[in-house]
Amino acid sequence: MALLNDLAKKKEGLVSGHRLCPGCTHSVIARQVFAAAETDKYDIVIAAATGCFEVSTGLYPYTSWNVPWIHTAFENAASTIAGVETAYRALKKKGKINKDIRFIAFASDGGTYDIGLQALSGAIERGHQFLYICNDNNAYQNTGNQRSSATPFGGTTTTSPNGKVKFGKEQPRKDIVSVLEGHHMEYIAQASPSNWRDLMNKVKKALDVNGPTYINVIEPCTTGWGFPPNKAIEIAQLAVDTCVWPLYEVIKGKVVINYKPQKKLPVVEYLKPQRRFAHLFKKGNEYLIEEFQKQVDAHWEWLLKREECGISYFED
Amino acid sequence: MGKKVALTGNEAAAHAMRQINPDVIAAFPITPSTPIPQAVAQFIADGEMDTELVTVESEHSAMSACIGAAAAGARVMTATSANGYALMWEMLYIASGMRLPIVMAVAARALSAPLNIHGDHSDIMGGRDTGWIQLISENSQEAYDNLIQAIKIAENKDVMTPALAAFDGFNISHAIEIWEMEDDAAVKEFIGDYEPLFPLLNTDEPITHGAWAPPDWYFEHKMSQLKGLLNAKDVVEKVGKEFGEAFGREYGLYEAYKLDDADFVIVAAGSVCGTTKDVVDSLRDNGIKAGLLKIRLFRPFPFKEIADALQSAKAIAILDRVSPAGAQGGPLFSEIRSALYDTPTRAPIINYTYGLGGRDTQPKHINSVYETLKKIVETGKVEKQFDCLNLRGAWG
Ligand SMILES: Cc1ncc(C[n+]2csc(CCOP(=O)(O)OP(=O)(O)O)c2C)c(N)n1
Ligand code: SF4
Repeated sequence: MALLNDLAKKKEGLVSGHRLCPGCTHSVIARQVFAAAETDKYDIVIAAATGCFEVSTGLYPYTSWNVPWIHTAFENAASTIAGVETAYRALKKKGKINKDIRFIAFASDGGTYDIGLQALSGAIERGHQFLYICNDNNAYQNTGNQRSSATPFGGTTTTSPNGKVKFGKEQPRKDIVSVLEGHHMEYIAQASPSNWRDLMNKVKKALDVNGPTYINVIEPCTTGWGFPPNKAIEIAQLAVDTCVWPLYEVIKGKVVINYKPQKKLPVVEYLKPQRRFAHLFKKGNEYLIEEFQKQVDAHWEWLLKREECGISYFED
Repeated sequence: MGKKVALTGNEAAAHAMRQINPDVIAAFPITPSTPIPQAVAQFIADGEMDTELVTVESEHSAMSACIGAAAAGARVMTATSANGYALMWEMLYIASGMRLPIVMAVAARALSAPLNIHGDHSDIMGGRDTGWIQLISENSQEAYDNLIQAIKIAENKDVMTPALAAFDGFNISHAIEIWEMEDDAAVKEFIGDYEPLFPLLNTDEPITHGAWAPPDWYFEHKMSQLKGLLNAKDVVEKVGKEFGEAFGREYGLYEAYKLDDADFVIVAAGSVCGTTKDVVDSLRDNGIKAGLLKIRLFRPFPFKEIADALQSAKAIAILDRVSPAGAQGGPLFSEIRSALYDTPTRAPIINYTYGLGGRDTQPKHINSVYETLKKIVETGKVEKQFDCLNLRGAWG
């Protein structure tokens, strides 16, 4: 991989002047993605789903995008990019385009786990060549922090509040990576902007696959999660070190864990600095933290076992 | 030279698509338009067209993919009906708002509930304000001709607006008729090559498509979009003339059938116009001055031209193939009555709902409409402004 110095000189796809909240990681992730893309070999075209990232970068008459970018609606980043990619193949076949172009869709958890799942599943099944990046900030942040199916167990949002008889979200988050695994795509990964080299490796790999690929990226949200703007990357690191957010790849169905914390931190380390979990630390709620820990441990153990058995659904 | 063929309306639409050979078609099956993507798939499988067919998982994705492909710079088409059209609704606004000249065939059908797969205009009328150009066809010939013209209309630089060509589900989509199919090369020459305006795939000049516009810009966007839609009126006329020069079948904004001196006039759109023409002919044989104004272009609605064409009428009946849904009459009725308000002569005007969910409309029903119009002129009284044709029991 290139040196940091060289990466800093690369063309930026997303430039300054956007309207993200201070400390938001959407832009951090996007810059890491562009740093990873080999833009000397191919051009990039982006599709975006409605959400924080889209509204803060594509406000008429301005734009923060230095590459072709399209937004159409909330639930269809995948079908929109599928159309763009199909047009690319059609025009290439007719000799009207002869460049090499790679396609990336950016959506957040709402537009991916929930309302966008059908379009995503369809586009993957049809085998369009695109990288779908889900910046997972665990809720519908753009409409003011409502619960999504990616909201963690116990997390408060405006539609899963803590109250006298309720304690935040009552269900565990959806394991979207497992859902997508059923599509038997070549490359799926989970990454974090705190581990930028790992994230960049994954983007580079994904962009080189001739077919659909998916990367689930944790996207700490200062506003919805409740932490100071300078803490986003620290929070992401804590998610990784507590195994709340394991870094792993599913390469042709085979699980590869990219980072095993030397000392796996207890989940309280991750929960404590975030306002959305504050109620879990009230007296009498200890059982909720225990339950959270249990869910995280079970998932981590399951991943470790899957890596160990090393089964793939493809012939190598 | 073209040739006479005996094929269904869906096949007419599919052959138009084959000859247009767009870069991308994204479509999802729904009765009664299903045979269109099926035929397209077969044409592609047989090497008769080289369009990229995207067999999407829903109509929402069909229109999304069409929008993505059109923004990318491709010539794009699709087909749908009823609930599929309704599922596209959100994206229909986005296609027109982004000024993408997508062209769609609609085999018009009833909307659920109750579930019904048969013809009426609930779908297209439900989407009449989505900013699309809407052409309505009477038969397979027109379904074919309108789809070809729609490409040229939508892609006109002063228009840059998506267009649909609708034809009645089953009455046209599944009925075999004899019609004229033009030569592949002639159609190709007629539509010409497509030069997209701001293609996303021009990576040398990156463009942001689909930005959001706050209150200080949204209004301007919508009004500039409206200009494109309104410009379509002249372009529809122009392309209709060119089509006539190329293929001998000229089209205008509407069709006047024995209208010039007609006292009793029906205004309608779609396949019922064929039946109505027959009835007009037999009434004329008996010396009754009956006439028909057939709507071809429904959006943008050519209200002035249509109001002018109705000036000599002594009584007018508007046939709507859709429930008025609590409005003062069906959509066609409201448009026309509103258009007539500004004209010197305002003949009495009545409204019928007919043909919902595939209900048959026969010459005797159309005859009864002319009878009523005659009675209105004779007595000077309108007894019922709104009524239904061929409904069991009386309505209202
Ligand atoms: C069909 C539809 N329903 C609802 C909305 C309102 N809406 C816009 S963005 C959004 C939430 C976005 O959440 P997510 O995808 O998680 O992105 P984030 O803003 O959190 O990054 C919602 C509910 C919409 N635009 N379209
Ligand atoms: S609400 Fe959260 S995700 Fe949205 S811009 Fe602000 S910090 Fe970023």
